[in-house]
Amino acid sequence: MQGKHDMVLLSHGDGGLLTHRLLEKYFLPFFKNEILESLTDAACFLVQPGRMAITTDSFVVDPIFFPGGDLGKLAVCGTVNDLAVSGAKPLYLAASFILEEGFALPELERIIESMFLTCKEADVQVVTGDTKVVGRGQADKVYITTTGIGYVLPEANLAYFRIKPGDAVLVNGPLGEHGLAIMLQRESLGLENRVFSDCAPLNKIIEPLLRRFPGIKFMRDLTRGGLATTAKEIALASGMDIWFDETSLPVGKTVKGITELLGLDPLYLANEGKFLTVVEAREADGVLNYLKNECGAKEACVIGEIRPGRGDVCLKTALGGVRKLNMLAGAPLPRIC
Amino acid sequence: MINRNDPEIGKRVLQKLTGLADRAASELGRPPVLMEICGTHTVAISRSGIRSLLKESLVLKSGPGCPVCVTDQSDIDRIILLSRQPGVVIATFGDMLRVPGTNSSLEQERARQAKVEIFYSPLEAVDFAEKYPGEQVIFLGIGFETTTPAIALSIRQAEKQGLSNYSVFSVHKMVPPVMKVLLSDPELGVDGFILPGHVCTITGRKAFDFISAEYNKPAVIAGFEPVDVLEAACLLLKQIIDRQARTVNGYTRLVQEEGNQKAREIMDQIFSPADVYWRGFGLVEGSGLKISRDYEDFDASLRFPAEINPVSPQSNFGCACGDVLKGKINPGDCPLFAKRCTPLWPVGPCMVSSEGACAAYYQYELS
Repeated sequence: MQGKHDMVLLSHGDGGLLTHRLLEKYFLPFFKNEILESLTDAACFLVQPGRMAITTDSFVVDPIFFPGGDLGKLAVCGTVNDLAVSGAKPLYLAASFILEEGFALPELERIIESMFLTCKEADVQVVTGDTKVVGRGQADKVYITTTGIGYVLPEANLAYFRIKPGDAVLVNGPLGEHGLAIMLQRESLGLENRVFSDCAPLNKIIEPLLRRFPGIKFMRDLTRGGLATTAKEIALASGMDIWFDETSLPVGKTVKGITELLGLDPLYLANEGKFLTVVEAREADGVLNYLKNECGAKEACVIGEIRPGRGDVCLKTALGGVRKLNMLAGAPLPRIC
Repeated sequence: MINRNDPEIGKRVLQKLTGLADRAASELGRPPVLMEICGTHTVAISRSGIRSLLKESLVLKSGPGCPVCVTDQSDIDRIILLSRQPGVVIATFGDMLRVPGTNSSLEQERARQAKVEIFYSPLEAVDFAEKYPGEQVIFLGIGFETTTPAIALSIRQAEKQGLSNYSVFSVHKMVPPVMKVLLSDPELGVDGFILPGHVCTITGRKAFDFISAEYNKPAVIAGFEPVDVLEAACLLLKQIIDRQARTVNGYTRLVQEEGNQKAREIMDQIFSPADVYWRGFGLVEGSGLKISRDYEDFDASLRFPAEINPVSPQSNFGCACGDVLKGKINPGDCPLFAKRCTPLWPVGPCMVSSEGACAAYYQYELS
């Protein structure tokens, strides 16, 4: 039985003594840094001249712990990766927590520790934050919003208009793992723990890529809606067609088997550690080798090319036929991130 | 055993098929027309790009093979009404969630207030009912012969557990009766049928013998890998060229002459045939499965009688799902296709069900 000291109470959100205790016991031990420790109403820090990038994202994944990750790790990776694929070096995060009355504090601690470890891996700092508590049933356990700020790498020149026919399209590894891991954990199909989320910060891979390869024209992480939806967005925004080759799309054996069984398409499942790169054809091999040899992305591969067109995404099937890929439309799987 | 996923084998069969299609075309004086009677085949054909590869030599039409799609509008409206009853939890396969009724869908009802739970198996819904004795759990029994046995089992399980809060709203349908209606249509224009492999595992090959015996059309039972479909098409074209008509089992890995007798026994025990309405076909004699007298305690339509005035066909917003299901038009021929009717805002069920022909064409086929 959970004791009264082990769970979130409404008074933890009143801004008084319990709020302070919550911060001191659970948040500050992990998020220790000079900027945060001043505990002022806003974090103040120096910036360097140039362009800054800012992004924000809310995380409501259910369940909060899943194979390969948890809500805390996801809340850091999601925001860090959005900055990274925009060509920015992530520096600082703001983190805001909505807690449900009755939520187990030890679980909160696990989530905060996981955020801390992921921040360390991504080399970013949480410099400001907030906690609010809502009544039981008015939220589900815990939601986290993270806002990230970083500076745009001077070498990065990423824009839709740079995408041209002939460019190569690469991906850094197998598709569909996060979405499927969450789904299997939620549905009692007896397939729990068969697939692990690929949730990981990507900035440590992307930054050196951008510094090294000026031929990289565009990047996107393949989150909600998966490869298909992201590719369609890129095709529409650039006015080009994107052609994939089914036989070269990386999908793990387990993911392939289970998605076939359940009638799902891995190309539409969310990823949390995969990104798509559009690169000039002559640099494609260089980027691929770098990903494979220097970044540990052994299963990275060239999956397609840009062709002149009108915003279609086409998949050359294994049989030699052609099928279209569209944006995800209303799949019944909410709260995957 | 050969790997039926192997694209090289697929390409070889494809080559053979193209040759046969050309020969059949010169025999008929026009490209041969085949129809698949299973939504899973529709999706497999579209996803693997088979239709685009064969479009010069062979016409592949989709028939009434998606159980959600053939569900009559009045039944969908009844389901919506059921979801509004106090204390009711609608338990369903995920496919039903976004299917539009006349004025609403389960997804919209859920956003308002209704309780809708998605299950992969009806037995899970029985467990759910046991766990929440205060809720009335109504499972939506939608499907052909393939899914009916599992739902029959769930009723037996609920009876065994003495559950008074589990019932089934049965709009189950059977394939052979509607095929007879289809085959009696003088405008059909189909030269051969690709028969649903999963349905046939239950019914057996013999249940479809009437197609060749009574209507003189060739038919082949097919599995679900692209190669299975291509091979079935080859077997059909050979019959067309030789002017034969037989019902052939092309899915011997799973389908037997007599089918799965055990599954049929439990179906017969719990359900009894009834005349029911199909979208696009109207009333089809003996084509539905209602819960039988002995198990009427588990019949949601008796437990929660809901009066619905059937929607007249004219009022269905110009949706041509009915003609698509009969193979009279292709999805792209419907004036609403990809314009007012998309997977996000579907006008008819064929655009929203994952096995619907309109959804498959919208998602996969090049325009």
